[in-house]
Amino acid sequence: MLSVLCLLLATSCLPKTIMDPKSFHKINDYLWEIPRQGEMRVPGRIFASEKLILEMDEKVREQVTNVSLLPGIQTASMAMPDAHWGYGFPIGGVAAFDPDEGGIISMGGVGFDISCGVRTIKTGMTHDEIMPRLETLVDHLFNRVPAGVGSEGLIKLSSGQIDDMLLGGAVWAIKQGYGEKRDLEYIEEHGKVEGAEPDHVSETAKKRQYREMGTLGSGNHYLELQVVSDIYDEQAALAMGLRRKDVVITIHCGSRGLGHQIGTDYLKSLATAVTRFKLPIRDRELASAPINSPEGQNYFGAMSAGINCALANRQIITHLVREIFTEVFPESRISMLYDISHNTCKVETHIIDGKKKKLYIHRKGATRAFGPGQIDLPQEYRHIGQPVLIGGTMGTSSYILAGTEEGMIRTFGSACHGAGRAMSRTQAKHKWQGREVIRMLEAEGVMVRGHSYQGIAEEAPESYKDVDEVVEAAHQAGLARKVVKVKPIACVKG
Amino acid sequence: MIETGANGSETINRFETFEHEADIGIRGFGKTMGEAFGNTALALYSVMVNINEVKQREKKTLVASAPDIELLLVEWLNSLLSLSDIERIVFSKFEVAIEGLSLRGTAWGESLDRVRHEPKVEVKGATYHMLSVKRESGTYVAQCVVDV
Repeated sequence: MLSVLCLLLATSCLPKTIMDPKSFHKINDYLWEIPRQGEMRVPGRIFASEKLILEMDEKVREQVTNVSLLPGIQTASMAMPDAHWGYGFPIGGVAAFDPDEGGIISMGGVGFDISCGVRTIKTGMTHDEIMPRLETLVDHLFNRVPAGVGSEGLIKLSSGQIDDMLLGGAVWAIKQGYGEKRDLEYIEEHGKVEGAEPDHVSETAKKRQYREMGTLGSGNHYLELQVVSDIYDEQAALAMGLRRKDVVITIHCGSRGLGHQIGTDYLKSLATAVTRFKLPIRDRELASAPINSPEGQNYFGAMSAGINCALANRQIITHLVREIFTEVFPESRISMLYDISHNTCKVETHIIDGKKKKLYIHRKGATRAFGPGQIDLPQEYRHIGQPVLIGGTMGTSSYILAGTEEGMIRTFGSACHGAGRAMSRTQAKHKWQGREVIRMLEAEGVMVRGHSYQGIAEEAPESYKDVDEVVEAAHQAGLARKVVKVKPIACVKG
Repeated sequence: MIETGANGSETINRFETFEHEADIGIRGFGKTMGEAFGNTALALYSVMVNINEVKQREKKTLVASAPDIELLLVEWLNSLLSLSDIERIVFSKFEVAIEGLSLRGTAWGESLDRVRHEPKVEVKGATYHMLSVKRESGTYVAQCVVDV
């Protein structure tokens, strides 16, 4: 009774207006269009099932529309199946801009946690092999991978070393001894993006990173052990080296304090640029500047440095995980499956109306999902498309998909990034106790270690959208196709 | 705890948190704008730690300015976040003096204790989302959503 009351109370407080599917032009079961009207330069397109549309906040439509007004936008302002109300762009928002058509770059299209992303690592071990020493392994991971509020990494970087890291990303990390050179093939852009300019990253941002290299963070960030439970595409699974019952490790984290500070700094400077360039912006969270302007280029340089920071960070954590895993299971063979980034703006070549164009692709809470044949993909994945790692929540499944040709055409090779929240943190916290969530998950065979009971309550599985529905929508919409489903057996939360 | 739910209550509170789909909103009240800014900072730290456990052993002073009063609130909160991150310090008491579009803030707190302070979640930044600073029936109310 009490929990019902809490739920009612919490639900009544949620400032959410649900979208009405009738207000869209339905192109097909998985594509809903906001027709171009008024000042919109392009239409808005939401890739989702009717069920997901019905659960989406009306604000998603408003934000998709706001993005469609921005100069230089190409084809459409898009939202992925897991879209929810964000800052400026919706989370799950994708938009491409052409610098030659006055295109802009927006901090609102990237967010505070630059290049927050997911990396999946293969272990060469099966569920049965891992179970006898699972608890030892999880305890080591929990105790040795720095996570949670105020955690400190083992590596402290001086200002000069930070600049090298910002230029080199995971390539830098491997040069420092954190990992193996072949890991780089399995990271977008081979472990570092071009265009990073450490000089445009503030001293404050660099100082914030001093103690935070190789830390997981908190909130929705995690380290999870997962078992391959279902295979949908045998050929692609084979190419990725996955069989049923294989154990993989997935790391979800981003660019830490440095990225957050770049976001903070440029939210301010780009908000000023909006006035200077008289940009048609309805929401100041869409802080933007023309790509071809000093403000735009400075942000691009700093943001690219932020991407490299996240890649280096995940590489260092990978190294720690590899060390711990090999210690507990000397027979394991740790190798990379893939690393993807969510909150980015990247320069990519795409075909628009039969013409090749160099575009600035913003993906806010969305992932790159390149189709087959793309040169950036490692040789063994080139015929199947990029692995697209879609995180569920602690208690539910995650998925590995593969990018498609269709996705390259429809969404500039982009797909959804996760389940997306369905319930606010406050609601979740009122509904569940952290200890109760841990017990519930353990009963379902998921071992949980966390640094904060409240943090665990806020991340309770039911506070997220149904990941199965989100993934099915991405699959049906042709953005990426299902390859395997993985189920968590242990989760370390920040 | 001084924190209240988003549905509010009859008692007068210094601050509260409110709901947002993916993140969390913070709101501070005060008889002066400075007091409201200080209480918004209290709300911010209540998201991160148990502020009742944070002793006021150290004092830090910050100055900030911005093109408008709402942006000044964000600037104040983000300056605190940067300081907390760099110096591993958390705060539980604030005094803010606002003059025009500049402020001078004093924050009291101590080094983060990862056990005693019961850390909850890191805040990545204060955003412009649902950002407002206004006066409602004699009380100043300052608020925004923070990205966690």
